[in-house]
Amino acid sequence: MSILVDKNTRVVIAGITGSAGSFHAKQCLAYGTQVVAGCTPGRGGEKFQAEVKGKPVEVPVFDTVSGAVKATSADTACIFVPALGAADAILEAVDAGCKLVVAITEGIPVMDMIRVRRAIEGRDVRLIGPNCPGIITPDACKIGIMPGHIHLAGRIGVVSRSGTLTYEAVGQLTALGLGQSTCVGIGGDPVGGMDFVDVLKLFNEDPNTDAVMMMGEIGGNAEERAAEFIKNHMKKPVAAFIAGTTAPPGKRMGHAGAIISGGKGTASDKIKALNAAGVKVAPSPAEMGVTLKSVLKG
Amino acid sequence: MNIHEYQGKQIFARHGIAVPKGYPAFSAEEAEKVAAQLIEETKVPVVVVKAQIHAGGRGKAGGVKVIKGGPAEVKQTAQALLGKSLVTHQTGPEGQTIRRLYVEQSLDIARELYLGLVVDREKRRIAVMASTEGGVEIEKVAEETPEKILNEHIDPVVGLSGYQARKLAYGLGITQGSPTPKETLAEFVQTLTKLVSLFEKEDCSLCEVNPLIVTKQGKIVALDAKINFDDNAGGRHKEWASLQDASEEDPVELEAKEAGLSYVALDGDIGCLVNGAGLAMATMDIIKHHGGNPANFLDVGGGATKDQVTKAFKMILSSPKVKGIFVNIFGGIMKCDVIAEGVVAATRELGLKVPLVVRLEGTNVEEGKKILRESGLAIQAADGMADGAKKIVSAIKAA
Repeated sequence: MSILVDKNTRVVIAGITGSAGSFHAKQCLAYGTQVVAGCTPGRGGEKFQAEVKGKPVEVPVFDTVSGAVKATSADTACIFVPALGAADAILEAVDAGCKLVVAITEGIPVMDMIRVRRAIEGRDVRLIGPNCPGIITPDACKIGIMPGHIHLAGRIGVVSRSGTLTYEAVGQLTALGLGQSTCVGIGGDPVGGMDFVDVLKLFNEDPNTDAVMMMGEIGGNAEERAAEFIKNHMKKPVAAFIAGTTAPPGKRMGHAGAIISGGKGTASDKIKALNAAGVKVAPSPAEMGVTLKSVLKG
Repeated sequence: MNIHEYQGKQIFARHGIAVPKGYPAFSAEEAEKVAAQLIEETKVPVVVVKAQIHAGGRGKAGGVKVIKGGPAEVKQTAQALLGKSLVTHQTGPEGQTIRRLYVEQSLDIARELYLGLVVDREKRRIAVMASTEGGVEIEKVAEETPEKILNEHIDPVVGLSGYQARKLAYGLGITQGSPTPKETLAEFVQTLTKLVSLFEKEDCSLCEVNPLIVTKQGKIVALDAKINFDDNAGGRHKEWASLQDASEEDPVELEAKEAGLSYVALDGDIGCLVNGAGLAMATMDIIKHHGGNPANFLDVGGGATKDQVTKAFKMILSSPKVKGIFVNIFGGIMKCDVIAEGVVAATRELGLKVPLVVRLEGTNVEEGKKILRESGLAIQAADGMADGAKKIVSAIKAA
């Protein structure tokens, strides 16, 4: 089984008529995800056309997320709305009662995310992303932009700040026959939703996850906080990889959050903290899968 | 995105924050002219000429001159500064050429303080930092005497509360030595309130006033202004385009930015083209791990077009320091055939004089490999990223 999403998860896609939204809505549907509604203001009443296993399906489109939730009992939202409108879309999904919001959008201003985080404080909702590939429980539910076919259902939890690096890790795990319970991309922005600790807590409690593979990168101290949590609370083995050992200080490496500033947030500090917490850190990104395998019990 | 001090001060002034009177100058003649105007307007014979470059530590490096000899001396100083390379602890050894100056009114400084606003990622709030150690590197203060830095975090709903501003004010001893302590305190609170509002409205990622001064008359004035904008918010700030100074940016990085690519130049000789920031960083790491040195970080993103890939690959091909190229793609959204087409198109145009190793994985991988095979180019295919890294490192060593 899994954390956060499974085959019963009912998804509304905000921005379903846009180019990224429509492409990935189709991919998610084809994977078997229950995409029950779409939302684009001004396009309410339309039907979004897709195909599942060779059969045509229609997804109703609504003007508002609350309208979509009311009509379809969607419980999870996936945000493909362009950056400057994405914070508003996240809040709309929260207000409509979605318990999980997965924000794929890249490039949301940090000031918007500060407000979003404050607005959802204390509410019964979880936010994944933004600037992330999404979340997938193999063979059950894919919400996001990751290639579904590289995944294999199994018992390894995966959590990462990166997109393609996660695919790389998943590819290695699958090649070793190590299936995944759930893979969560928490995103590469400086201010986002769930962090490593939030996801590790869920994997720790999930009876169907045996071990966790985590991929971090330079910038901030989310990995250091994860190390602290692992040291004190984690009952399951964790393997890790930290990207950016060779990154120069003061330069933003693609992700808005991937920057070493004032000497803080270096890969070596993170690796040190993780090692001290008993986490085995892969020496190279080609060895993420084998490193995880080496920490498995039995 | 960074802007110059004088541009930052113009924004400060627009938000009602007190700054010294001053004018930018692009030539020695202009500097002389604005100095005369400034002296006439302020009735203060002393002016300060400040080099405008996007780096801190200018004063220590000789980029800030106090001029007592009037407009003629300003002209001489400007002549000496303009076109000169200023080396500070932030510019690197090659320094940054001075192309603009700021001529500013001189003030009677009683105290120099530090005030800085940044986004605290962990607390997900704007953090205000204040210190009595103004005018020096704040990184140094943070390291050596962290107790001298006061912090307050801003609740985005409530905004800066009066008590927070007062806490900082009393922490700094803002009224010390002021002939008008009440007014000084009120001015500090107002300045801070305006600065927080500026930070939010202008979508800053950093806003630093070092130093913030208390004049002998008890006035609070921002003697410096360093603003970094959050690039993600560029879409709602059309005015930023006019604030950009291309001569301050790395030309290749700028070219990449305009093409929608994320590029950072590095010191090594192996050019990399990768999709996704995390994988791009990991690719640099694995090259190093196998004994090579990456020449760049380059993320073509998830949804790059053939044109973008062509552009990206051309940037690598045209770099003189590149002795070998490693293309590492794990196609999720990015289709391998699009990458292959871009690589082939760029190579047809510029030719391939160095070893090229390509690793393709993911969506449309077979089509991608076929395009590369049929191109007739001398491309080594790699099986996984370790294999790719080893191949490019040994190809360079063999050459």
